[in-house]
Amino acid sequence: MITLKINGKDHQVETDPITPLLYVLRNDLKMNGAKFGCGLGQCGACTVLLDDQPIFSCQIPISILEGRNITTLEGLGTAAEPGPVQKAFIDEQAAQCGYCIPGMIMRAQALLKQNKSPSDRQIREWMQPNLCRCGTHARIMRAIRRAAGTVS
Amino acid sequence: MRNTTALSRRDFLAGSALVVSFSLLPGKLLAQTGAGQPTGPAFGSLKKYPYLDSWIAIGGDGHVTVFTGKAELGQGIMTALMQCAAEQLAVNPEAITMVTASTARTPNEGYTAGSNSMMESGTAIFHAASQARNILIGWAATDLGVDAAQLKADNGTITAPDGQKRSYGELINGRSLHVAATNQTNLIPPDQYKVMGKSLPRLDIPAKLTGGPIYVQDMRMDNMVHARAVRPPNYDATLRDIDTSAVEKMPGVIKVIREGSYLAVAAEGEYQAILAMRALQQAARWQVSKTLPKQADVYSVLQSLPTDSKVIDNRGNGAIADESAALRAVYRRPYMMHASIGPSCAVALFKDDHLTVWTHSQGVFPLRATVAKMLSMPENQVDCIQVEGSGCYGHNGADDAGADAAIIARALPGRPVRVQWMREDEHGWEPYGSPHVAELRGTVGGDGKISGWDCDLWTMTYSTRPAGDPANLMPAWYLEEHAGPPQGSQIPLPAGGGDRDIVPTYVLPNTHIIYHYITQSLPLRVSALRSLGGYHNVFAVESFMDELAASAKADPVDFRLRHVTDPRARDVIAMAAEKFGWSDTKPLPPYHGRGFGYVRYEMIKAYCAVAVEIEVNPDSGQIRVVRAVAAVDSGNAANPNGIENQIEGCIIQATSWTLYESVNYSESEITSRDWGSYPILRFDAVPDSVKVHVINRPGAPFLGTGEAGMGPTAAAIGNALAHATGVRLRDLPLRADKVRAALLK
Repeated sequence: MITLKINGKDHQVETDPITPLLYVLRNDLKMNGAKFGCGLGQCGACTVLLDDQPIFSCQIPISILEGRNITTLEGLGTAAEPGPVQKAFIDEQAAQCGYCIPGMIMRAQALLKQNKSPSDRQIREWMQPNLCRCGTHARIMRAIRRAAGTVS
Repeated sequence: MRNTTALSRRDFLAGSALVVSFSLLPGKLLAQTGAGQPTGPAFGSLKKYPYLDSWIAIGGDGHVTVFTGKAELGQGIMTALMQCAAEQLAVNPEAITMVTASTARTPNEGYTAGSNSMMESGTAIFHAASQARNILIGWAATDLGVDAAQLKADNGTITAPDGQKRSYGELINGRSLHVAATNQTNLIPPDQYKVMGKSLPRLDIPAKLTGGPIYVQDMRMDNMVHARAVRPPNYDATLRDIDTSAVEKMPGVIKVIREGSYLAVAAEGEYQAILAMRALQQAARWQVSKTLPKQADVYSVLQSLPTDSKVIDNRGNGAIADESAALRAVYRRPYMMHASIGPSCAVALFKDDHLTVWTHSQGVFPLRATVAKMLSMPENQVDCIQVEGSGCYGHNGADDAGADAAIIARALPGRPVRVQWMREDEHGWEPYGSPHVAELRGTVGGDGKISGWDCDLWTMTYSTRPAGDPANLMPAWYLEEHAGPPQGSQIPLPAGGGDRDIVPTYVLPNTHIIYHYITQSLPLRVSALRSLGGYHNVFAVESFMDELAASAKADPVDFRLRHVTDPRARDVIAMAAEKFGWSDTKPLPPYHGRGFGYVRYEMIKAYCAVAVEIEVNPDSGQIRVVRAVAAVDSGNAANPNGIENQIEGCIIQATSWTLYESVNYSESEITSRDWGSYPILRFDAVPDSVKVHVINRPGAPFLGTGEAGMGPTAAAIGNALAHATGVRLRDLPLRADKVRAALLK
């Protein structure tokens, strides 16, 4: 049994400890935010925050996460009350298929928490690990600029 | 506003405007059976499904359900179609629930592809909603004893001059919209539009950005198992030998499915399924019978294969008067892939002799026919229901994943089966975009206009979609009664397949264009990739326009305008040039260049022009698009922001294709199996700005948009490279190593 602290709440998980966090979030805990993209740490679709830092949840076994603070997309807000970064993405209509966007939002959340006004260059460098195939990048960058200064 | 993504389960997003209602046994609507329907008026898909209740249902509470056979693919079509319905039915957007592609519930509108959805479904819904509004007004006239001409419909209510009102819910009571559409529609005119032309926020975005259950990947059904297919090392492989006993004892494993050379595993847990699949990969012994041709030889092989060659355009005397004066150029494009961010996925349930497949296929009706045939089941015992997946950009692994789920579900009756492809499955097994070679020859007359234009184009099919033939479902290649290989077919002009957009829409006095359609398919699997042949062909045509312009010492934009008479084409070219600042003669920094590209997509769809400024790193040869400006005319623009989003996406995706992408393979296997071996554009290469200007034509017919920007972007980048460096590269992609080598020459 492993206790995972997700979005401030403890969850007891009986899954094999070698299981990467992504599958536990999606299947055991029925959360949709983190997405399976590559399982290789190459695309960022599965990005969640571990103690406010972005990680690839497809790469991290739950065995090393006991008691650590994990934040997922669901921890930022809801469709009715989106968090500031989510709201900025909605306001910019920064999605096409939207599959990569939860990972983009999580990575952007981590950036904006530590940098109130990132430059374009800083945004590009920070977002580099995350892939989008629809070509929504320009909107994503606009949404991050819009959300700057709103994350505490 | 509500959105019903077909079925999955009973999830409700509390407090959100978006309800995803899930039920397992959909009621089949009489109007959707298709059979025995009269031919309707020529208003898009109303022709095939003329009954108004195939498209629109009004409840006693006044709530409106709109049915479309098209699928939301992230292109925003659901919102645009909702706006069409709201406008012509005279209801508020909030009063509408959209139901998208489902063999159980919606009209059969074929594939959601080819930028056809607004022309087909949009036109149908626009007219159906308008005719339904007129019927409602007629009922109100009867009920109120008022002349119909004096009644006004607004916000789901019909009002008489004396203030009497009837809501749509009151009017529908006991009445039916099972009425065939006529060829007379009293459309609400553009000057009275309230919803059309407004950039309403997309219906699907809030749930997508907050973790709502949207994608087929998010479906969780009671008692569901997780499955993985075990792919062979190569297309032409048979399973020689495997001992599955150890895998069957692994934790959580329910069953190893083996039918002929088809191999898969189902487990209780998803990660357990992955571990079991990896173990099966280790245990399987495959016989590989055929090798792939050398990648370096692809174009020479391509031009040596048997073809069905046809002259597809022949204007004037068709010949170049003076061959020795002709400018010649050869353009090429390699295999490229869709490379969806989320690998394909499907859920299937085989229960009581009925198979239901939840799929992100672009064509649930053709998939149903094909899956039924693959499993030798009657079609009426199969339903395919579209649930969104990751963006597909054409025929990716979606249908194959549906076939996987169907095969495995049949082996596990009563249990829902979720099959998720791995990254290497999607990269290695999806059907790629076909390679091309185009040889162009042209002359410019003394008047500075093109006097002759000859072209020979070699490519192959772009159409191996399911279409009722199990050979088009990759998993079926390996079944006991195996099907394959796919045969492929041609798509006639003006849409075209491999020959899409190779016929310039410019006014040219003499042309001779031959399409050499390769009838013998090459071993690499191919099918529809966004814009089909249009991406390469517009690259070729628009690059050659610049080369001819240079030979005539003409400005590229002026040169194009010399060959245009259609005022809408002129407007789009002029708008892109003006907003870009094309006439600004201030010199660009060193190694910066600008380029232009234009298309009338599929000769009859959207008009689109793209101008870019690029910078070239002279040491590495890497190109970066600094800024891009586009103008697009899609006719009546339902949702301008949706059109902008699609064209922005085209510009960035085509930039990725053009700068980086080609499928790599050895003689034994596909070697582009992940994002390391098939790199695509990342944030460092995103333009500083991407601006799209929509020229709205309210009231004009809808013109397809979603693919129009691909070719012009590729051409604009190639032209900008020539402008920046004097180097003209004609072999896609314009990768850094090739640019660097050309600069060193």
